Amino acid sequence: MEYFVQQLINGITLGSIYGLIAIGYTMVYGIVGMINFAHGDIFMVGAFLALIAFLVLVALGISTVPLALFIVLLVSMALTALYGWTVERIAYRPLRHSFRLAPLISAIGMSIVLQNYVQVAQGARVKPLPPLVHGGYTLFEGNDFAVRLSNIQIIIIITTIALMTGFSFLVARTRLGRNMRACEQDLKMAALVGIDVDRTISLTFVIGAALASVAGLMFLLYYGVVDFFIGFLAGVKAFTAAVLGGIGSLPGAMIGGILIGLIETMWSAYFSIEYKDVAAFAILIIVLIFLPTGLLGRPEVEKV
Amino acid sequence: MTAHAEPLLSLRGVKAYYGNVAALKGVDVEVREGEIVALIGANGAGKSTLMMTVFGAPRARQGQIHFAGRDITALPTHEIAKLRIAQSPEGRRIFSRMTVMENLQIGATVTDAVDLGADLERVFTLFPRLRDRRHQRGGTLSGGEQQMLAIGRALMSRPRLILLDEPSLGLAPLLVQQIFAAIRALNERDKLTVFLVEQNAYHALKLAHRGYVMVNGLIALQGSGSELLRRPEIRAAYLEGGVR
Ligand SMILES: Nc1ncnc2c1ncn2[C@@H]1O[C@H](COP(=O)(O)OP(=O)(O)OP(=O)(O)O)[C@@H](O)[C@H]1O
Ligand SMILES: [Mg+2]
Repeated sequence: MEYFVQQLINGITLGSIYGLIAIGYTMVYGIVGMINFAHGDIFMVGAFLALIAFLVLVALGISTVPLALFIVLLVSMALTALYGWTVERIAYRPLRHSFRLAPLISAIGMSIVLQNYVQVAQGARVKPLPPLVHGGYTLFEGNDFAVRLSNIQIIIIITTIALMTGFSFLVARTRLGRNMRACEQDLKMAALVGIDVDRTISLTFVIGAALASVAGLMFLLYYGVVDFFIGFLAGVKAFTAAVLGGIGSLPGAMIGGILIGLIETMWSAYFSIEYKDVAAFAILIIVLIFLPTGLLGRPEVEKV
Repeated sequence: MTAHAEPLLSLRGVKAYYGNVAALKGVDVEVREGEIVALIGANGAGKSTLMMTVFGAPRARQGQIHFAGRDITALPTHEIAKLRIAQSPEGRRIFSRMTVMENLQIGATVTDAVDLGADLERVFTLFPRLRDRRHQRGGTLSGGEQQMLAIGRALMSRPRLILLDEPSLGLAPLLVQQIFAAIRALNERDKLTVFLVEQNAYHALKLAHRGYVMVNGLIALQGSGSELLRRPEIRAAYLEGGVR
């Protein structure tokens, strides 16, 4: 029982990271109808930018951890957003009216470009970050097992909840959110009422990348290491989360993220840690076969 | 209206294509300030294409489109909307997963929602049904209500010119009369200029000051509404045996 609760906590933490990435997949799919295969690598770039920002802050002598965390968060969000914007601008927008597979191929290309770029710029070896956030709480003990909730886990879960709440509010209540939903439902009509569709799509990529960069920062804090390849696995799992939740659905991406995190953690804990990645892929295949619209997705029939 | 005043909207020699298939083959149309102009023609003649080409979707490959003295032929679609041309397009294209209220707010994009309350009030006065349904999702409205919403959404931009593509399609006769009465009121009371596509040629030509008849991507006939109504070829093609 204690062991299970501990896995639950770990799973939700991991799932938060996947959920933040999954939002980017689902938003872009909702509006432009493409899978942005480079999104996992945007997450990876976010993690590296966070690492670099930390090192710069240390060099500058800023060592108050909460302040440093906050600055790193903002800096990496802003810079990663710029990457997201650029990728859309140079690799997807010119192909928007091309044949359907063109942006997809371009996305795979961008994914490879980003990986190689980081590999060349930062080296292929794993980069460590000395642990910054220490400590935590022992929730309860029993059967020689203490259930722990670390401060890092608290930070990750709270930040995720805050971001998802803020983001949901943005989509549901603000003008930008309304424009995004209008574009998602009918691009042509959105343009007819005067919405700048290109700008709205750009902002979608920017927001998705900013959220992925937060996930990158969390990943860095949680595992303490990054390398140029982390975007691939995390990307596939977040994509699976988006598909499981119902691609195009925002709450679906969040719930899907948590579920994938839980499944992966439970699988590692009770079956085999070597095959934890297989679990996520197996889910992707099963969902695609038996539940192609996901948990909260809608069938592709609507449209007058 | 003065005879030599420059038209509010003019298309000259406009050609538009879907792929390599020509849908408009050199169209000349004028809509003057304060007019109701009707465009009629058989299915597939290119009426909806003409409406959409004004907004650059599809873009005119040849010819010029001017609005309020400005060449808008190459302007991006959303910039054209900002000049206060609104369209209630074919198929209504309601944002079905948004509420009626949100659809109307989206319609006010180009006004920056200045005076949103007054604009909403104007639409609700014209179509009281929308007020009752304002928290309902667009997709759950009846066909007639969706039509009202599509027109209402277009009006929310406080347009100088409104393009209406088959506003009476699929509506019960009573509702058709309501919609046409609303169009007349908008034109007479609010001095709104209207460019209207209609299957219902009789109603449209009775309502309109002038009309154009489109055949196969070209304007075949034009004239005042009453003139066109008397033409035997119109009677034969669009009126006789049709809905009165
Ligand atoms: N998106 C499109 N892609 C390719 N061809 C199209 C497209 N839309 C219309 N067409 C073709 O262009 C021609 C003109 O179509 P359009 O919709 O403008 O006619 P219409 O006069 O509005 O007809 P209706 O009265 O049926 O609405 C038709 O031959 C139609 O098949
Ligand atoms: Mg049509």
